[in-house]
Amino acid sequence: MMPSLSFTYWSALVVAGALALYFGGRQVGNASGVARLRDMSATGALGYSLLVVTLYQGIALYFGPGATFFKWAVHGVVGFGIAGYLFQQLGRHVGTRATKKLFRSMPVTAALGILLILAYALIAIFADFIAPYGQAEIFKDANLLPGGDPGMGGSPDHLLGTDQIGRDILSRLIYGAQNTVGIAFVTTLLAFFIGISLGFLAATIGGVLDQVLSRIVDMLMSIPQLIFALLLMTIATAWFGSEKGMVTLFMILIIAVLDSTRVFRLSRAVGMNIVVMDFFEAAKLRGEKLSYLIFSEIAPNAFAPLLAEFGLRFCFVFLTIASLSFLGIGIQPPLADWGTMVRDLSQFIAYAPFPVVGPLTASLPLMAAGAIALLTVAVNFVVDWMLHRASGLKE
Amino acid sequence: MSATEPLVKISNLEIDGIADETRTRIINNVSLELNRGEVMGLIGESGAGKSTLGLAAMGFTRDGCEIVGGNIMFDGIDLVTATPDVKRQLLGKRIAYVAQSAAASFNPAHKIINQHAEAPLCHGVSSRTEAEADAIDLYERLRLPNPDEIGFRYPHQVSGGQLQRAMTAMAMSCRPDLIIFDEPTTALDVTTQIEVLVAIREIVEQFQTAAIYITHDLAVVAQMADRVKVLLRGDEVEEADTRTMLDAPREDYTKSLWAVRSFQRPQKPLAKKGAVPVISLRNVTAAYGSNDPVVRDVSFDIHEGRTVAVVGESGSGKSTTARCITGLLPPMTGEIAFQNQVLPADYRKRSVHQLRQVQMIYQMADTALNPRKRIGEIIGRPVEFYLGLKGAEKRRRVEELLELIEMDPKEYINRLPSELSGGQKQRIGIARALAAEPKFIICDEVTSALDQLVAEGILKLLTRLQEEMKLSYMLITHDLSTVRAIADEVVVMKDGLIVEAGPKDEMFTPPHHAYTDLLLSSVPEMNPDWLDELLAQRGAENLGDAAVSKM
Repeated sequence: MMPSLSFTYWSALVVAGALALYFGGRQVGNASGVARLRDMSATGALGYSLLVVTLYQGIALYFGPGATFFKWAVHGVVGFGIAGYLFQQLGRHVGTRATKKLFRSMPVTAALGILLILAYALIAIFADFIAPYGQAEIFKDANLLPGGDPGMGGSPDHLLGTDQIGRDILSRLIYGAQNTVGIAFVTTLLAFFIGISLGFLAATIGGVLDQVLSRIVDMLMSIPQLIFALLLMTIATAWFGSEKGMVTLFMILIIAVLDSTRVFRLSRAVGMNIVVMDFFEAAKLRGEKLSYLIFSEIAPNAFAPLLAEFGLRFCFVFLTIASLSFLGIGIQPPLADWGTMVRDLSQFIAYAPFPVVGPLTASLPLMAAGAIALLTVAVNFVVDWMLHRASGLKE
Repeated sequence: MSATEPLVKISNLEIDGIADETRTRIINNVSLELNRGEVMGLIGESGAGKSTLGLAAMGFTRDGCEIVGGNIMFDGIDLVTATPDVKRQLLGKRIAYVAQSAAASFNPAHKIINQHAEAPLCHGVSSRTEAEADAIDLYERLRLPNPDEIGFRYPHQVSGGQLQRAMTAMAMSCRPDLIIFDEPTTALDVTTQIEVLVAIREIVEQFQTAAIYITHDLAVVAQMADRVKVLLRGDEVEEADTRTMLDAPREDYTKSLWAVRSFQRPQKPLAKKGAVPVISLRNVTAAYGSNDPVVRDVSFDIHEGRTVAVVGESGSGKSTTARCITGLLPPMTGEIAFQNQVLPADYRKRSVHQLRQVQMIYQMADTALNPRKRIGEIIGRPVEFYLGLKGAEKRRRVEELLELIEMDPKEYINRLPSELSGGQKQRIGIARALAAEPKFIICDEVTSALDQLVAEGILKLLTRLQEEMKLSYMLITHDLSTVRAIADEVVVMKDGLIVEAGPKDEMFTPPHHAYTDLLLSSVPEMNPDWLDELLAQRGAENLGDAAVSKM
């Protein structure tokens, strides 16, 4: 049995290891001529030492008692890593030549990101077929724990348990994908449509129009986004009523407009760089119309940075919707939504320290939160990779 | 270490470049020996590996490059296997590097002299006050104006040629044994170039420094180098001392390089009196914003089938004149007429027919072609836009145009610009201009970014097209050999004014206007004694920008 280390021992071990590696490595390297050991910097030695000691600590924690969440996290990371690797291997051997090449140049993280996004998309699209129950269906057994084991307070009918009023959490998670992700996607598309068209217009025409648009955008950006969104939601519902569906529509429009300010800034900046190129001047001198200039000359060249921004923006919109729902003015019940689920089940997190059923109880709000986190991470993996490609950085 | 041993000895060097899953050989089995105090010129087209070889002499490779074979001995130290510590001791102190663009290589946030003192301080060669005093001494030797004061300016407050000399001074700061000059004058005007050349040559001689001088300009290398090595796609073609190389090159490739400058089209007779010029500028004065005019009272005519070369240094207003003709910059006063019809000043007010008659070919083919469009689309768009051709007819016309510029339609029509070489891109730029079927084309420094062999091909193509289609060209250039090759008339501009104008043959025979004379005399010739003769004849104070400022 490996005992896990206290913080004092841990840090002492790291420093000792680093020193040993740095000075010892020099001696060994000089004697044997291994360049990597000989030329190792002090910071490099510290890094290696930290890595080894932390790895030991992790293994000790994993095989020791308790630390349930840590074990789950390890399972998650390892499992997703394997899934990403398998998916990457699949992509490398199946498909056309172009996709094979794409997968060869792609890191495992990006492959995992793509796999997860595909999975989320499939779940969202086929939610009606996948979900075992309806999202608003109420069962008599409320507060069932996840795991499906009757001895632990679960039920085989409800694998992930039920919430306080007896709705099946698995079904609500699946429908939540449809509602939350779907609405976030529509909102982001709208934000990009507004932001890109105005941004390119400002870049192409310039002058007064550019000034007016840019200052309006500055004004909108100067107000904290979440508070501004709350304010606008209140005004909108007060003026136009809060019928079902209307609130969601307001939310989409408001978040889209507020988020389009960031898109505007980016697309204007990217557009400015393209507008000064000679090929743009050639097209202008040819007498081309504004629409051709924007869609045929600027847009294809701005595609890569804007696509990367789309991924990031999508995450932010998604989080904004979740926080609005968490505050109670986003997606309205009985529609399932991850933000609302986190809010409704949040008090269960306090049960985590209790033995045996504690972690299971605490996992109730964490499942919806995890769904949000996982998608955010997946999108960012893909975005990082695309940015890397677009910037032309090579190893 | 005996004095007879060479300072640098590179033997059987092989360097690979790794990009996008493929390995390509950049340097293939090249050997090089350089003695103390000797200057070696490296010559070749772009992609010949001359910069890579130059950097390898410092034991350095760019990202994505890897030394796979051979060794590099610098004064008995093998730089391939040397530790980073050893290399750090050498670089900056015993080996220095002067980059092509001094403006991009200086840190804009620090004063020049502070950057100069960095290397001596870092290597413990001298104290700060000593380093500064030495810097001022070097500035004086390099004939920089106000040597006591110039180092305390920021890089943007100093002109390009002066900055290049300041950079040479910086490389000298630790009195290195070896300096690598990587195309130090390529981006400069001729009159500025000559000053930098004189300065570099003197200082290298004074301190007995060995140097590797990388350039694609043969006439420059003839002045600078003791020995010349010619490279072609990573292979060594031949090496000899400069005079032997110039007088009796052995290899065919070297001979073809030497012959480039001989291309010359005879001047056409002047247009008949009373003939209607294709384009005429009448007293054009133009300015950016509310600043002082950059073009002042400029008038000249361009006749059918003729080439008018507009010559001048950067900032002389030649490109601004072109912007006035295209309508991008409406002139303050004066007008531009096409076949005696006055064109609207702003391009947005011109009709499609008027826009079509004036086309432009750009200097940088990289930025002149939309990188996301295929060649077929790039050429096809003006065909469709101006002639209204669609579908198969459009494609046929695009294929005709590609054949016209001597490129195989089947092979190139579906390529992206990034899949073409520099010269091919420039040809596509020409095809795009021709697609509009214009009467008049502005060629803005079309050959200055190209290698000499490729540039010659472009000039021949332009000449042939002019014969076939009765085109008129306005040729903007600072390279007088281009003017000599294809121009009929020459307009010399300085500070926005026309200094001299007339038929080519007259311009190249004395007597000249003083400025034209200076421009002509500053163009390096293939004669290795040219710079010495010029210095003896005029003195160092009457060359280049120093002479311009006296006018």
